[in-house]
Amino acid sequence: MRIASIAMVAASAALVLGACSGGGSSNDGAKTLKITYEKSDSFTVMDTLMKKVKTEFEAKHKNVTVDLQPITADDTDYSTKLALSLRAASTAPDVFYEDTFRVKGDIEAGYLYKLDDHLSSWSDWSQYIDSAKAAGQGDDGGHYAIPLGADTRVIWYSKPVLKAAGISVPWAPKTWQDILDAAAKIKAAEPDVVPFTMYAGTGTGEGTVMQSFYELLYGTGDGQGLYDADSGKWIVGSQGFVDSLKFLQTLYEKKYAVTPAEALDANVWKTVVGDLFPKDKVGGTVEGSYAPSFWEDGGPYPWADYAEKVGATPFPTQNGQAPGGVSMSGGWTLAMSAKTKNADLAFEFMTTALNRENALWYDTTNAKIAVRKDVASDPSYLKANPFMKEVSDVLEFSHYRPANGVYPKISSAAQEATGDVITGKKTPQQAAADYDAAVKQIVGADKTIAK
Amino acid sequence: MTTEIAPAALTSRGRGPGDSRRRMRSLLRALPLLPSVLLLLAFLAGPVIWAFYGSLTNAALTGPGALSPDFVGLDNFVRLFTDPTFPKSLLLTVVFVVASAIVGQNVLGMWIAVLQLRANRVVSAITSTLVVAAWVLPEIVAGFICYAYFSKDGTLNQILAGLGLTGPNWLYSYPMLAIILANIWRGTAFSMMIYQAALNDVPPEITEAAMIDGASGSQRFFLVTLPMIRTSVSTNLMLITLQTLAAFTLIWVMTAGGPGDDSSTLPVLAYREAFQFGDIGYGTAIAAVMIVIGAVFSIFYVALLRERPTPKPAEGPRPRHPAPEREAAS
Repeated sequence: MRIASIAMVAASAALVLGACSGGGSSNDGAKTLKITYEKSDSFTVMDTLMKKVKTEFEAKHKNVTVDLQPITADDTDYSTKLALSLRAASTAPDVFYEDTFRVKGDIEAGYLYKLDDHLSSWSDWSQYIDSAKAAGQGDDGGHYAIPLGADTRVIWYSKPVLKAAGISVPWAPKTWQDILDAAAKIKAAEPDVVPFTMYAGTGTGEGTVMQSFYELLYGTGDGQGLYDADSGKWIVGSQGFVDSLKFLQTLYEKKYAVTPAEALDANVWKTVVGDLFPKDKVGGTVEGSYAPSFWEDGGPYPWADYAEKVGATPFPTQNGQAPGGVSMSGGWTLAMSAKTKNADLAFEFMTTALNRENALWYDTTNAKIAVRKDVASDPSYLKANPFMKEVSDVLEFSHYRPANGVYPKISSAAQEATGDVITGKKTPQQAAADYDAAVKQIVGADKTIAK
Repeated sequence: MTTEIAPAALTSRGRGPGDSRRRMRSLLRALPLLPSVLLLLAFLAGPVIWAFYGSLTNAALTGPGALSPDFVGLDNFVRLFTDPTFPKSLLLTVVFVVASAIVGQNVLGMWIAVLQLRANRVVSAITSTLVVAAWVLPEIVAGFICYAYFSKDGTLNQILAGLGLTGPNWLYSYPMLAIILANIWRGTAFSMMIYQAALNDVPPEITEAAMIDGASGSQRFFLVTLPMIRTSVSTNLMLITLQTLAAFTLIWVMTAGGPGDDSSTLPVLAYREAFQFGDIGYGTAIAAVMIVIGAVFSIFYVALLRERPTPKPAEGPRPRHPAPEREAAS
């Protein structure tokens, strides 16, 4: 039993840690660890993992109760509720599930515990790839969160739909125009099929930008997208922004995408992956590397032969310029509250949840890209997701969001721009100008740079 | 209001030592009010004052504003009044309040209440039950019902399809109409009950006298009955205005303020800013503006009350007229 041996190692590590730490986790008196994470009808993986870790942890620490407090909500509401609970020591969970793009803002808010002292004595830390270590880093260079896995975005397309339109598979569009050409073919051949849809508007929230708009934006011009890292300023007045909006406008105007009304509904993704794909009613869309987890057995929309019916390909740059493809990466982490009273125990809980065994289970079940080298090279991980190669290969040109405290507002302004364009309320130029004005209002004109 | 019933012997006292004793006594008499005053201060005035204070800071859910909010003066209000979405949101809020509460619930409630006076008991019981049913539902349930009714493949469009018509996607094409109708459906019961109670208090002999004097039905209603229940009308208007001004759940469930911000009334806007973008200070500034709007409406209604003295004394119990024998009492 590997678990047993890991438990042994973890237990001895805990003893060492306990010996090293000045005070803190003395093992007398009952203690409670509060754990908060997201749970919904289509996302139960975290719940399963936390229950498993709770069992392991309580078996080892007889005097500790692990109090699991899942929050049933979508990502935005979850983060809101979490932030509200982190404000006071009495309500703050000890360990919680945290989106990478909220890490920087929450560090500034003083919500997160600096983990460096603990990490230095955790041997597994060396297994983490550098980009994953960076995902939980603050501006001070300290580490505040540990990723569970990473993700990327690719085009998922329906082989039967493309074949029926006379498009050869595997399909590999090289430019934006290739996508539009394919959509036109599908529309002509199969009028009752949605040829190629991409998210837009505020309904789908962060999904609108991560799984649609940024794939366009970061494939234009110099690939800087939203934020000029060298100057530390937000980019305004970019032609790429207008072009990206124009592309979305074309998709919706020519009826290649779902109707604007459907696009603005927060549940449109369920329609696309759960209804249209399995019924061969959609040509393609941009979705996360975790899309197979929707269709796997035990996922929300089980689809037995999805691996044969679906193909994956990188999203192309605007005119096929280098690096040839675009993807966005994000992911979720585990973090610890700065107000925790049991830092050592909380950290041990985290490392149990993040150990090789559990990380492997989480990444394979949730179709996440592994951030631990030992998991990434595990044969069962490579076998678990038939698209692992496609979604891992795009990591080389994948972008991360400029996730500081103001990012959520900037993101929302970009989402609004896409919504206004697909509903015909504004032209791409108008919507881009309004976005620029919004950015200047959010960060101040001196923090913007025209490109 | 407390009415002092002081013995004449005490009140006829002149100035002098009696003065301080009287002040003492009135203080003592105010003593029983103390607990309720403290409660009001803690739970009503406190949050209101905090809202005004919070709107002057950059308090936030995340980022530096969460760690140590700074006092930023009127920055939030300056930002709000220069924000292009604010006037739109303000207009939508006024439209929503006027159309769904002041016109919709108020007029419909009055109309049903007047009809109920003449309806036979079975009809009236059935109507009351139906109208009140919408009102007793929890708001979240009412919201889901209305969502299911107005949505693209919802009940309304199914009915229209049965009649051979193609209904539009109400929540997307006419979001304001949908939430206004939903709010009328939900809130009419309240106005109806208030007006039923008020109309029952109008002595029948007065309307009978007007009838004998040759007043038509509508004249009787507008010139006799309505002035007599003015207090109830303005009280009801105040209550439903404030309720509708703060309506959130119904709108959030049905349209979430969308599409875009086409049904983002001020409460939705405040929620978005405070909880979706984590900008507590700015969201609170919007809430503070809502408090002011509510106060303006309230002052207007109170003025409406005081405009003309009602024919009867406004205070004190009304002399009870023995109700005339009704036929078929049971």
